[in-house]
Amino acid sequence: MPVGILSYGAYVPRYRIRSEEIARVWGDDANIGRNLDVHQKSVPGPDEDVATISVEAARQAMRRSPSPVDDIGAIYVGSESHPYAVKPTGTIVQAAIDAGPYLTMADFEFACKAGTAAIQTGMGLVQSGMCRTVLAIGADTSQGAPRNALEYSASAGGAAFLLGADKKQVIAEIHHTASFTTDTPDFWRREGQKYPSHGERFTGEPAYFRHVMEASKRLMADAGTVPSDYDHAVFHQPNGKFPVAVARKLGFEERQYATGLLAPRIGNTYSGAVLLGLVHILDAAEPGQRIFMCGYGSGAGADAFDLTVTRNIARYDRGAAERLETQLADTTEVDYATYAKYRGKLVMGGDA
Amino acid sequence: MERGQGPRKRPDAYVIGVGHTAFGEAWEKSYRQLMTEAGLAAIQDAGIQGDEIDEVFVGTMSTGKLVGQEHVAPLLLDGAGLADLHIPATRVEASGASGGLAFRQAVQAIRAGGADIVVVGGLEKMTDVSDADAQAIASSGIDQEWEHFFGANDAALHALVAKRHMAEYGTTREQLAAVAVKNHAHGANNPLAQFRRAITPDKVLRAPMVAEPFTVFDCAPVSDGAACLVLASSGVVGSYRKDAVKVSGSGQASDALALHSRATTTTWRSTAEAARRAYTEAGISVADIRLAEVHDAYTINEILAIEDLGFVKKGEGGPATLEGRTGFDGDIVVNPSGGLKARGHPAGATGIAQVCEVVWQLRGEAKGRQVKDARIGVTHNTGGTGATAVVHVLEGGF
Repeated sequence: MPVGILSYGAYVPRYRIRSEEIARVWGDDANIGRNLDVHQKSVPGPDEDVATISVEAARQAMRRSPSPVDDIGAIYVGSESHPYAVKPTGTIVQAAIDAGPYLTMADFEFACKAGTAAIQTGMGLVQSGMCRTVLAIGADTSQGAPRNALEYSASAGGAAFLLGADKKQVIAEIHHTASFTTDTPDFWRREGQKYPSHGERFTGEPAYFRHVMEASKRLMADAGTVPSDYDHAVFHQPNGKFPVAVARKLGFEERQYATGLLAPRIGNTYSGAVLLGLVHILDAAEPGQRIFMCGYGSGAGADAFDLTVTRNIARYDRGAAERLETQLADTTEVDYATYAKYRGKLVMGGDA
Repeated sequence: MERGQGPRKRPDAYVIGVGHTAFGEAWEKSYRQLMTEAGLAAIQDAGIQGDEIDEVFVGTMSTGKLVGQEHVAPLLLDGAGLADLHIPATRVEASGASGGLAFRQAVQAIRAGGADIVVVGGLEKMTDVSDADAQAIASSGIDQEWEHFFGANDAALHALVAKRHMAEYGTTREQLAAVAVKNHAHGANNPLAQFRRAITPDKVLRAPMVAEPFTVFDCAPVSDGAACLVLASSGVVGSYRKDAVKVSGSGQASDALALHSRATTTTWRSTAEAARRAYTEAGISVADIRLAEVHDAYTINEILAIEDLGFVKKGEGGPATLEGRTGFDGDIVVNPSGGLKARGHPAGATGIAQVCEVVWQLRGEAKGRQVKDARIGVTHNTGGTGATAVVHVLEGGF
């Protein structure tokens, strides 16, 4: 049974902080943004979290959806910054979009790839016939300790995908998915810790590059494809450099990865990153276009996907919600002090 | 000494075996594995059996802080399965000069007549800690009380030396960069080097700043790696490899630990004195030297080294480098291996790796980077900001 995307939505908070502003405060090299290819990053407002971001993305998806909300048999929200340690984010999304209550649910966590894992789980439920449709979401308001290198990239955003198998409704068929997972502790946050720790350069070669390369090669071997078969390619983007390096290593060209590359403009949205890239591609996709996607989560694993845009995209109501590019164009820049306040980085004393 | 025969001639030390792991980020290997890998390679290269080893030395800067393990010397034997032989094993430490000093201890052990076969290793596993911790640990080699405590670290002090050299001798930023450019070009031909890519002067100048005037490309990297040598005395060397390399000169010298306690920072007198002792012992002059492996932890170090080793006049290190006089077309090829800058700098392994490179060069085995007509090579290894310097003269063709 073919499985694929019936609808999608995305949300990126409007606030931005520029890399130079962070470097100014800490006395870091002003070129650090250029070196990472992250020139600014999104900042969630004081009343935004993974629940609100997931709700916004889910609402967009349902506004455009040809499939009714009552058909949703499962909701999975993948994030590493769920607002609650105990209590699902998914139930908030469920209530906001008026879904259920006869559905199954769990929150997912696998660093930056919880969203792609949610999609894979949803594919299984749809293909097995257990669910008519599944809502899979990846969203984060990721954390970076003050002055840590992560502060330049850890940002916020998310995307939602309604998965189903109705041939008349699938706008992008997912032909194959392949994963590569090992116990590789390149990045972690323990219970009760406010900020994550990471293994610096260890997060590169043995972690991101190895896993993304292996999952990607496995996917293309399974699918019998080569990089030139794809119109678009999107990779997890912890910064602007890694996805470009891995794309080139695999043999993709700039025209293929340019559309999905958002990190230079919004930073690393973690569980939202590769999915927002996919949304950016789908916003302008045409029937017959083939898309390569590979998410990555520290710890570590990579999930690769092979998608083809169907003819249904022509009558899919993309205009029912604002396109991602429209959101990304409408921003408010904040300074470090405002950013610190919004992100709860200030230690509040007294009774104030 | 046998009764009635007068003083016996002091034995000489020869290098008969080398082992050298790839330098870089050895994420998949522990320090034990690295040490064993280099040790077994050296033993195999020398063609010796474990029970022939009389003594072992290991140079390492800070295994205690870097991997939590002190008392590493017996491990070299243990890892090679030779613990049952109960061979004496000693660790030697002198910050970045730990390897060079361990080598000198091995040479001295043979010269003292107490050992015929000595194995000497050097190692460091530096990427198991954060970059910040690695920098702090590397700064253990400067004066903790009077330098580090007040905010100076290893990079900052070397930067001060560079600024002073620029002020006194007109050394330029481009001349410093030329050291990194040359050594990266050399490293590109060394299969064991951490960095095997040529770089441009512009790349050095535009890289992120570390400490004025250094960018990251002026600084040797944080590395993992091990290297090992087998030495034989003149009494037994004839039974082993025909292409043994003679250690004809060994010099070591020290200086005040803190830079501010020295009359000058732009001449490292420990280097000059160690070189004088080594050259004298070997009976050579600078004109005889065809290649040198020098301690370029920062680009300024190589400029100081070639001046203080007497290769060029004081103050001419910068122009000489920029003009290519220390490259493959120059008078003395300096750091044909890529040096600390490109080969990598696993602190304790560096001094041993320098000897490995010179041995390969003198044996004519330095594929792709062979210095023509190499007969005499020099190694130069320093600790901290030069409070320890050790220089060796090696000769091939015996």
